[in-house]
Amino acid sequence: MAHASARRDPARARERTLLALAAPALIVLAVLFVWPLIRLLSMSVEGGTLAQFEKAALDELYVAVLWDSLEIALIVTVICLVLAYPVAMWIVQAGRLGFILGMFFLLLPFWTSVLVRTYAWMVLLGRNGIINRMLRDWGWIEFPLPLLHNLLGVLIGIVHVMLPYMVIPIYAALLRIDPDLKRAAEGLGAPAWRTFLRVTLPLSLPGVFAGSALVFVITLGFFITPALLGGGRVVMIATLIEQQVREFLDWNFAAALATVLLVVTLAIYALLGRLTGGQGHAAR
Amino acid sequence: MDLTLRGVVRRFGAVTALAGVDLNVAEGELLTILGPSGSGKTTLLKIVAGFEFPDEGSVRLGATDVTMSPPRSRDVGMVFQNYALFPHLTVAQNVSFPLEMRHVPKAERQRRVAEALALVELAEYGERLPRQLSGGQQQRVALARAIVFNPRLLLLDEPFGALDRKLREVMQLEVRRLQRRLKLTTLFITHDQEEALILSDRIAVMNAGRIEQIGLPGDVYARPTTRFVADFVGESNLLEGTLLDAGAAEVPRFGRVALAADGAQPGTRATLLVRPEALRVGADAAGLANRATGRIVETVFLGLSVKLRMALEGGLELLARLPLRPSEPLPVAEGEEVPIGFSPEDVHVIAHGAR
Repeated sequence: MAHASARRDPARARERTLLALAAPALIVLAVLFVWPLIRLLSMSVEGGTLAQFEKAALDELYVAVLWDSLEIALIVTVICLVLAYPVAMWIVQAGRLGFILGMFFLLLPFWTSVLVRTYAWMVLLGRNGIINRMLRDWGWIEFPLPLLHNLLGVLIGIVHVMLPYMVIPIYAALLRIDPDLKRAAEGLGAPAWRTFLRVTLPLSLPGVFAGSALVFVITLGFFITPALLGGGRVVMIATLIEQQVREFLDWNFAAALATVLLVVTLAIYALLGRLTGGQGHAAR
Repeated sequence: MDLTLRGVVRRFGAVTALAGVDLNVAEGELLTILGPSGSGKTTLLKIVAGFEFPDEGSVRLGATDVTMSPPRSRDVGMVFQNYALFPHLTVAQNVSFPLEMRHVPKAERQRRVAEALALVELAEYGERLPRQLSGGQQQRVALARAIVFNPRLLLLDEPFGALDRKLREVMQLEVRRLQRRLKLTTLFITHDQEEALILSDRIAVMNAGRIEQIGLPGDVYARPTTRFVADFVGESNLLEGTLLDAGAAEVPRFGRVALAADGAQPGTRATLLVRPEALRVGADAAGLANRATGRIVETVFLGLSVKLRMALEGGLELLARLPLRPSEPLPVAEGEEVPIGFSPEDVHVIAHGAR
């Protein structure tokens, strides 16, 4: 027993070393992120009342905006899913060149800021934007199409930003599927579409859930793109929070809205996490 | 149903994977394609299954030409190397899959799935997921799934590779019994010559995209037609020499070898095959037509036999395999000089250019 304390447990020692190495980052996060977050959240109940939440819950405007935000997030998720799945399938089966090409175009946007990309969409979609001018020059339309400062513009912009977040998890899930399973299904008599529905799709569901969770949650709190492309006509919850702070200097109400957003986000995460967890387990 | 391949050629760029394969698997027969990796046996399997298509030649199942048919219309049951069970479906759902694809009514489906699972002795396991089963059980599920729809042909792609030795032997015999009972036309792909000898009605030995020899296991083992087959199937002593007239051959560094078979042109170069178990060592060698003296370089104890590596005076090395009985000590020791011999009847002649 006397020796036990003198001898160091290597696993324990390794754990301590790793903790020490992680400490700087953890401290930075705690000081610059966790603490301000707690402060902000505590502002929402300042004075010991839930009045701010009452305001958020009872005022039709705020409820409507939250509802709209959820709706936009859902639409974006569905569009991304429909667009991303074929892309992911293509990259998986296109081999090395497809992988390089696909990843290049997927990751290319990450090298430019969201702000720049959003302005680029404004140039493309505006009344006198490139698309409208082209269509008019070709004589296809007489009056410019309303592409900007409406829901359509916002959706186009957000989908563009979110697409990689959907493609990559689905791609990863598809890549993990043993190609022999597809062959087995075909050999056992399944046409391509049944192989897809019975084998490929169910086995890729963990990726679908992961991608959907990412896209939905990020879209829900999205700020720049809806603010710029929506032109004030499409208001999402993040825009509303920013308004409260910048224009009305109502930090307490902004904090309450932020808390609501956070709670909704976490709830959705938990829900999808449960679905993903169950699926991932079954698909292994 | 019988399977017929005629002049099947498959090239991948500059590489010829199959250089003209003719093959016939009779109805109810288990034919093994035996070959090393890279011999083209996997490509052949894929062409029969429909995952690859030949550049030339034809594939027929019974009276139907299926050369260019997609896999789903071939009615071929296949057991994959890694079983390829659907991990998200239960055992029963896996076995039911080919029946569903054939629109078999639900009641009949359930009955046939139960039958197939009973056949592989997994009747109680229908509700399990594949990952809850052992390797041997997974393989049985794969087998049940491959036979439940009464396929025209059963394909086995090295299905025993992932099993440990004991289980492998059990499964080999089980597959053999099942195949005979159901009279399933079966094409079995393996690189394991021992497995091929145990299971097959006939063996086709493949090398470099061609079938080198096709025949009964005993024939392929005892009378290989090419040096490659002699070397690949079983253990062998291969002596290169020149045929003389009057039933003899001249082997450099060994001398004159008396042969039983005759008829080849004198002067023809030939490989002489002497199986290790045909070599006699010590007192047994006396009186045999072919004799020499060898030094035991190495002894390998194998339980029911002992393998000896011996160096002859001329520098040739020979393998011998002597049967053992548990009560007897090893008959020889390493380093010992012993007389060795073999009879002319035990020499198989592979004349070159006589293919």
